[in-house]
Amino acid sequence: MFDAAVIRKDFPMLSRPADGKGLVYLDSTATSLKPAAVLQAMDEYYTTYGANVFRGIYSISERATAAYEGARGDVARFIHARDTREVVFTRNTDESISLIYYAWALPALGRGDGVVTTMLEHHANFVPWLELRRVKGIDLMFWEPDETGLLPIDALETLVSKKTKLVALTAASNVLGTLPPIGEIVKRVKRINPGCIVLVDAAQAAPHMPLDVSAWGADIVAFSAHKMLGPTGIGVLWGRHEFLEGLPPFTFGGDMIKEVHRDRAVYQDVPHRFEAGTPYIAGAIGLGAAVRYLEHLGMEDVRRHEMDITAYALKKLQAVDGVTVYGPRDPKDRGGVVAFRLEGIHPHDVAQVLDDDRICVRVGFHCAQPLHECLHIGPTVRASFYIYTTEADIDALIQGLLRVQETFR
Amino acid sequence: MDIYRDAILDHYKHPRNFGALPSPTHTAEEYNATCGDRMRIEVLVQDGKTEPIVADIRFSGEGCAISQASASMLTERVLRRPVSEVLRLSPQYVFDMLGASLTPSRVKCALLPLEVLQKAVLKEKTLETAERSGVA
Ligand SMILES: Cc1ncc(COP(=O)(O)O)c(C=O)c1O
Repeated sequence: MFDAAVIRKDFPMLSRPADGKGLVYLDSTATSLKPAAVLQAMDEYYTTYGANVFRGIYSISERATAAYEGARGDVARFIHARDTREVVFTRNTDESISLIYYAWALPALGRGDGVVTTMLEHHANFVPWLELRRVKGIDLMFWEPDETGLLPIDALETLVSKKTKLVALTAASNVLGTLPPIGEIVKRVKRINPGCIVLVDAAQAAPHMPLDVSAWGADIVAFSAHKMLGPTGIGVLWGRHEFLEGLPPFTFGGDMIKEVHRDRAVYQDVPHRFEAGTPYIAGAIGLGAAVRYLEHLGMEDVRRHEMDITAYALKKLQAVDGVTVYGPRDPKDRGGVVAFRLEGIHPHDVAQVLDDDRICVRVGFHCAQPLHECLHIGPTVRASFYIYTTEADIDALIQGLLRVQETFR
Repeated sequence: MDIYRDAILDHYKHPRNFGALPSPTHTAEEYNATCGDRMRIEVLVQDGKTEPIVADIRFSGEGCAISQASASMLTERVLRRPVSEVLRLSPQYVFDMLGASLTPSRVKCALLPLEVLQKAVLKEKTLETAERSGVA
């Protein structure tokens, strides 16, 4: 098991300035900090072999291509994809899901077709389906969590039918931390309707726990590099090969094409069909380094560390007067994120006072406004944890909250 | 300067002109979707000596200390002032009034009350003139 206090040394942003307070970073759900290994890998590309991919016969271009495709291999291994071709590089989770919206859902689905999503979703996996209902008239159904944020699995029997073409859900809520049992859900859905596509938003799962897309049995999985130690601007769309192979391109131009003539063009096979233009080469390389860093720690241990920290945070937070915590009670049922409210004090004011102590929390609806409305609560304060989060960070948060209460007493 | 200086905290904890008017002539409401703040302002406009003035005003809603204090201070200041003057108030006026150094993410909170107030008096006023001139 790794020691969070030790690996903090790998993160330049956590180095304490000689004269000031160290950063108490509790917003890894928004984006994670980056270890030096990731920055170095990207830097090395730009400073020693920064050529374009797929184009050159010269050696640094071939090295760039190998590094770019090597990163694809790293990601495939990390998520237990059966086939490296199933990994498509996008910009982020939103774009991965939007790609599926444009390349598949929009042309394929229409009146009479059913789509099921949940009230736990980030807007990335909610807005596309609202839009699909608006423009194509599909039937959109919402899977509602119970008051602790858990999705009652038996509800699938009434939500999913032979008409359901898509079930789109998150593997980890970015507000409540709920971890829907994806494997079991996919099994249930496919038993009712084997042809139904299951799309999993893994933006908050991929960084925090072992992921096995093959064992899940889903058709599409989306996540972002920047939440898992990698750079911003690169994301992943994993799709079952037979499914992806049947989709048309989403963007056009270079690199996605085999041949072009006056009268026709022949598109590349997947995944390159979906990666038109010069990709974010350094980003992919950074993501590859991030994945290797996480593998080195071991994802089982990453999950264990976050469960421990979350249990500690829940205990400490619940001991503060006036704090209401949302989400599953048992740390085993939740990821490393805790949303809460301080009685009588607006979340903005909480975050503002905490900022004086360089404590970073996120406030608002966290791109999950339907969830807040479903729970009948206003904006919340959210603290989230990762491999470098220590009990000292939680203690600083608790001290900070007491100071907030003093300020507004 | 501390963002939560005493005057701001005082207005936040003891808001002036909080509530509703029995028969307002002008009202407006805004919702700030990024922070879930809701603000409603009700105004009673009456003829003054030379032009219409804010004869009475109330605000209500929920929000952070900055938006609430800004509303409380603003309503206090515009009471019995000409409507034409209210329409000329600038964001800078609000920043000076609050006297706190706002971080970029809080500027929206600070300006919400002014936005709502100006929307209230502006909206209904054009409607009224339109009605009076027979265009509506
Ligand atoms: C569950 C979930 N889905 C999707 C996203 C969107 O990720 P990105 O902004 O990288 O597209 C986030 C990020 O906040 C998230 O938490």
